[in-house]
Amino acid sequence: MSQSEPAAIEAEQLTKIYGSGNTEVVAMKDASMRVEKGEVVALLGPSGSGKSTFLTAVGLINSPTRGRISIGGQLVHDGDVAYTNLRSFRRRHLGFIFQKSNLIPFLSAIENVQIAMQLSGESARASRRRSMELLEYLGVADRASNFPSMLSGGQQQRIAVARALANRPSVILADEPTAALDGHRGRQVMELFAKVAHEQGAGVIVVTHDHRALDVFDTIYEMEDGLLSRSAPSESAHASVPH
Amino acid sequence: MNLATKDIRHSFGRFALTAVGIGMLLMVVMGMGGIYRGVVEDATLLIDRADADLWIVQRNTRGPFAELSRVSSTLVYRAAAVPGVLEAREFVYHTIQRQRDGKPLRIAVLGLSWPTDKGEWLPLIAGRTLGQVHYEMIADQQLGLALGERVTLGKETYEVVGITENMISSSGDGLAFFSVSDALAIQFDTPGEAVRLERAARRARGEDFELAIRQPDVLENANKPASQLPAVAKPQISAVMITLTPGTDPDRVAEVISGWGDVSVYTADGQRELLLKGSVERVRRQIGLFRVLLTIIAAIIMALILYTLTLDKIHSIALLKLIGAPNSVVLGMILQQALILGFVGFGIAYLVGRQLFPLFPRRVILAHADLLQLAGIVLAISVIASLLGIWKAMKISPNEALA
Repeated sequence: MSQSEPAAIEAEQLTKIYGSGNTEVVAMKDASMRVEKGEVVALLGPSGSGKSTFLTAVGLINSPTRGRISIGGQLVHDGDVAYTNLRSFRRRHLGFIFQKSNLIPFLSAIENVQIAMQLSGESARASRRRSMELLEYLGVADRASNFPSMLSGGQQQRIAVARALANRPSVILADEPTAALDGHRGRQVMELFAKVAHEQGAGVIVVTHDHRALDVFDTIYEMEDGLLSRSAPSESAHASVPH
Repeated sequence: MNLATKDIRHSFGRFALTAVGIGMLLMVVMGMGGIYRGVVEDATLLIDRADADLWIVQRNTRGPFAELSRVSSTLVYRAAAVPGVLEAREFVYHTIQRQRDGKPLRIAVLGLSWPTDKGEWLPLIAGRTLGQVHYEMIADQQLGLALGERVTLGKETYEVVGITENMISSSGDGLAFFSVSDALAIQFDTPGEAVRLERAARRARGEDFELAIRQPDVLENANKPASQLPAVAKPQISAVMITLTPGTDPDRVAEVISGWGDVSVYTADGQRELLLKGSVERVRRQIGLFRVLLTIIAAIIMALILYTLTLDKIHSIALLKLIGAPNSVVLGMILQQALILGFVGFGIAYLVGRQLFPLFPRRVILAHADLLQLAGIVLAISVIASLLGIWKAMKISPNEALA
């Protein structure tokens, strides 16, 4: 990971302030983070520390009040000014995984994966083939035609992971993705992120409370009272993700 | 991937129920249009079927459909003598009500000008035209009379020799066709006691005349039937229908006839116009207003349904936006659902209406033009109704997927 190459994602001195005057709340202050391609980063911190604020800012969902966000070397946000169509940019470059699986209830498992690719212009046949590969890789191919309401929490989360990987994103953002999973499944998901990062060259940021799998991460950041600080690195994972 | 159909597939029961509800509402809108069309059709049916070029009616009246008209029965001979007239027919028309099997039976009686008109122009579905000048009738199926059935009207009994279809008066009563003389006999039927009283009155009046005093035999006439008294006029008819020889200018013939002081003359189009602008106009406006109201109500209900369907999908829409779906995808989903709902509702309205409307007491006519117009209205209200849901969807933030 060379500093001369553009980072998968780089956040510089992000500040987010809600309200103004007496009601002003500083949710995040001068938070900076550089995630290289292939790097897996854990973001730790207590509830209300500003982790989700940081994640939604770098995920181009909420604008920061101040600071710059670059993805793949392209400046996307400077303060609250966006330099690109954020929704289109999210579609092409970012993959999201949340604490709750967040699947679309009226689409089957495979359609939930396909939709992400079809929104990016992938054909129905190609998107179906890759979706099936991802579901097989994640061990839920036999549930491809089931609706989310027919799946367990773990199965739903794996479908959500497949959707996040579908467009081969350059950045994957995960907000407590293992909260609904048991320890074993949780670790599997974390290892999967590491694999994706290393094999696809994606930068991965995972907000987590799960300290049992911290060895999977390359870098650990901690957030407290809106202040972001870097912690210690860890080892990484292996195996092969469908290309 | 069509998200609209995927969502419908997932909650098909609810969608089907909603579509049935919308369909029933649209069926009422469709029915209102059909009732109006039926009223107009029924009102103008006789004018169209009789196929007369000119109608001669009582002076300064708009008869015989819009108001009562009485003209002399000899007018038919006068009219026939006008150059350019191919045929002049008597027109006798009135409505009677009798009891049949304990229920009221309303009959619109129409006289056919025997022997020139035996009812050849009638849409017979059974039986035949009139075969003799008396004691036969052709009845519309709406009257519920069977072929060969004998019906007593006044002092005479008439046999049903033919059955027609959809021959309805402007007030919705089934038509029955008799010879003009029978129609007049039914119209001017007088009970025996009334005849005796009239004859006694004639005698009493005659006794006051000097002529009767000097010639007592004259008083003997007072006891005779009215038809045998030269001083008593023949029963009057409603109008005279004229058919012109081909190539004759109706305006020229009308000009000649309108010069007569006792009658007015109208073209068939004029008669139709009088009817539609007169008695049918209020009904038309009433039904039209109801139709507009129902259309607005249908649009409001559809808007609320689509808004509710959108509210149910807030999380999914937020998620779609989060993973980068452009607004056009979300907008398309809501709009397509609105259109599917509208057109499935329209289809249900049409199919159910076709089964139900024939059971209505008056005709409900689903004209192609009206159906196309309603389809256009449904398309418009589907689009308009979806605007509320689209507005809500556009306001949804991707953040809501994280909530």
